[in-house]
Amino acid sequence: MSRIGVFICHCGENISRTVDVERVAQEVGRLPGVAFSTDYKYMCSDPGQTLVKKAIQEQKLSHVVVAACSPRMHEKTFRKAVEAAGLNPFLCEMANIREHCSWVHENREEATVKAIDIVGMMVERVKKNRILPTITVPVTKRALVIGGGIAGIQAALDIADCGHEVILVEREPSIGGHMAQLSETFPTLDCSQCIMTPKMVDVANHPKIKLYTYSEIELVEGYIGNFQVTIKKKARSVDEDKCTGCGVCMTKCPQKKIPNKFDQNIGMRTAIYVPFPQAVPNTPVIDRDNCTWFKTGKCGVCQKVCGPGAIDFEQQDTLIVEAVGAIVVSTGFDLYTIAEKPKGSPIKGYGEFGHGKIPDVIDGMTFERLASASGPTGGKILRPSDGKEPKQIVFIQCVGSRAREKGISYCSKVCCMYTAKHTMLYHHKVHDGQAYVFFMDARTPGKSYDEFWRRSIEEEEAVYIRGMVSRLYQKGDKIVVMGSDISVGVQVEIEADMVVLATAIQPQKGADALAQKLGISYDKYHFYSEAHAKLRPVECATAGIYLAGACQGPKDIPETVSQASAAAAKVMALFSRNQMEREPIVARVREAGCVGCFACKKVCAYGAVEEKEIRDRQGNLIKVVAYVNPGVCAGCGTCQATCPSKSVELDGYTDEQIIAMIEAL
Amino acid sequence: MHPENQKHDFEPKIIAFVCTWCTYAGADLAGTSRMQYPANVRVLKFPCTGRIDPVFILKAFQQGADGVLVSGCHPGDCHYIAGNYHARRRFAAFRKLLEFIGVDLGRLAFSWVSAAEGGKWVEVVTDLTEKVRAMGPMVEFKALALEEQWSGAIDTPELQEAYDAI
Repeated sequence: MSRIGVFICHCGENISRTVDVERVAQEVGRLPGVAFSTDYKYMCSDPGQTLVKKAIQEQKLSHVVVAACSPRMHEKTFRKAVEAAGLNPFLCEMANIREHCSWVHENREEATVKAIDIVGMMVERVKKNRILPTITVPVTKRALVIGGGIAGIQAALDIADCGHEVILVEREPSIGGHMAQLSETFPTLDCSQCIMTPKMVDVANHPKIKLYTYSEIELVEGYIGNFQVTIKKKARSVDEDKCTGCGVCMTKCPQKKIPNKFDQNIGMRTAIYVPFPQAVPNTPVIDRDNCTWFKTGKCGVCQKVCGPGAIDFEQQDTLIVEAVGAIVVSTGFDLYTIAEKPKGSPIKGYGEFGHGKIPDVIDGMTFERLASASGPTGGKILRPSDGKEPKQIVFIQCVGSRAREKGISYCSKVCCMYTAKHTMLYHHKVHDGQAYVFFMDARTPGKSYDEFWRRSIEEEEAVYIRGMVSRLYQKGDKIVVMGSDISVGVQVEIEADMVVLATAIQPQKGADALAQKLGISYDKYHFYSEAHAKLRPVECATAGIYLAGACQGPKDIPETVSQASAAAAKVMALFSRNQMEREPIVARVREAGCVGCFACKKVCAYGAVEEKEIRDRQGNLIKVVAYVNPGVCAGCGTCQATCPSKSVELDGYTDEQIIAMIEAL
Repeated sequence: MHPENQKHDFEPKIIAFVCTWCTYAGADLAGTSRMQYPANVRVLKFPCTGRIDPVFILKAFQQGADGVLVSGCHPGDCHYIAGNYHARRRFAAFRKLLEFIGVDLGRLAFSWVSAAEGGKWVEVVTDLTEKVRAMGPMVEFKALALEEQWSGAIDTPELQEAYDAI
């Protein structure tokens, strides 16, 4: 007979406000098998845990049910406490009476009845729980970092500096990401290239970092400590080992008018190219869509001029498999291109702003390239249409962001600050120019941020107009901006030479597809979800995968760098052990019942099911049965629901346990 | 007045089978966001919808559930690669069977609720509760369960014959 202890938590007032915890403790105390039941204000606190441990020893409890918050929150905490008191941790279950009960119901009677049901269900379940031994698995002390922007670079450097091997995968031909595109950075106005490129060189030179650029993640298999990742290295058409990066090929390439994505398509590049001169690695890529050789089979100038003979038109995409123990995802962001309305997306475009139709209506990143010393204009602010210097410039904030009716309700976080920076850069470069900013609010939380914003108004003469723009149109070579100034209640019309839109930050295209490969969750905008918004902000719910940077949500550079270092610290903590414990929630085959149909093998996504021969003492084959490799099994239980003879069981979720729960209702 | 505080003649019993990674987390999010929904639902957590055996649904109806909800990760987003696809196939076939034996399919709902969709969880649970409330109690299976129980009465000729043969 079991001696179950039930511990009901008040969670301060979070549970006791709507659930009559004393009554729950009383009613549950009457259930068969329950030997002890009590309530306490904070069960997860030190005295609360001590209460559990003491009760286990004094009352000789065989099983424990803690009725408190979600098991996703504190299951580990209480299992540890139970283990410390000498019980197997898997004899402890949590009944979720906070997230699933007290927080979602107002009626005290209904909530109390529901809480009694939930606890009763878990009491019946825990009776059927078995002692499960912890499984230890080896840890591969190599990390994979996906995305080579500032987040990925920081995480890779931190992990590598700790002595562990890092594989850094970047989709573009060079690492650097969006930070490499920026001109100067707020709030110190130091040049982005000057602080970014040394880090990029550090990555290239680090003996512990293996860099795959122009590469993408094809497949991710395995689990924490033991991932196998297949990386697709796209054909560069240039042999990286032979190329010296002299750049002669680029000067001789006859295709010179291809818009450069790095320069937001206002600068031009050749068909064989590096995205920018400071690229790492400094090995060019042939853009096969625009290369004369690949289009017509003639030309081959680059091959003729290349001294080391590095050009290889025959190169193919290659697949590389790497074994890693942890993964940092740092795929960053993309700007909401309001010119093209995304297909099938709930997001509505901003036709009224003429982006994509009026050439001098540009986005913030394009302004960065115009202001950058290494940009297509050499750092001069010039209009894309006619190359003239704009004397009146209008900045519009919150384009896409905080616009529920347009499909995005979140704040992109960095635009207030970078627009303030843009007005300063403009004022520094065009002394007789005037900058206007249409804004909703200025959001400047951050060290020295508000001072920076004030400076743009007080010292750099930017005119801030609180209100939104309703319409833009071209009139001669001017753009007429019509908006309202709500602080004085008048309509404003400005004849501008150039308009800069602070468009919303969105996750990279394909963020959802990568999440599906990794098995991590994402929100409706495709930002990746962290395991806990406050307490586990850099970890995914999937063990062994960590997040850094804007792929999780809009972030500025200091925040991104902090999160990247935090993710690296998590990886290093994992790598500090040779072996790690994993939950013993794995499937097991009851060989006596197995008929060897291997339906389980067909549905197992992990290839954990193997064939095992059963022989008698003489060595005669009796039958072939299924065997689940516990190291590979991820514990989804699909095999169990599929097995026609019910001969495979998932520990922790056996039919017995589930049926007991249903019968309790 | 909040809908929860209204008095109803009939409070249906709803059992939800959910996966731990998406829908359970989505229900947690509904909690942390303090959304409100009817208190009729009881949630059973599974690692994956792939683990959910159709027998559990039958068992739930037998135990007096008036409605059953099965919910997991969106197609393609399964934490276990493909468990929800297996579940989808299994339940597509199972629904036909249930319909064949005469269960009103309105009592059984399948949905995809991700970890970020607290609002959708509330919507799905509220919809099913109100729909089942309008349909009234599920009596067919309860009667079956009662029949299955040994009452001690010898009320059929077959039983009498068997009894006499002892």
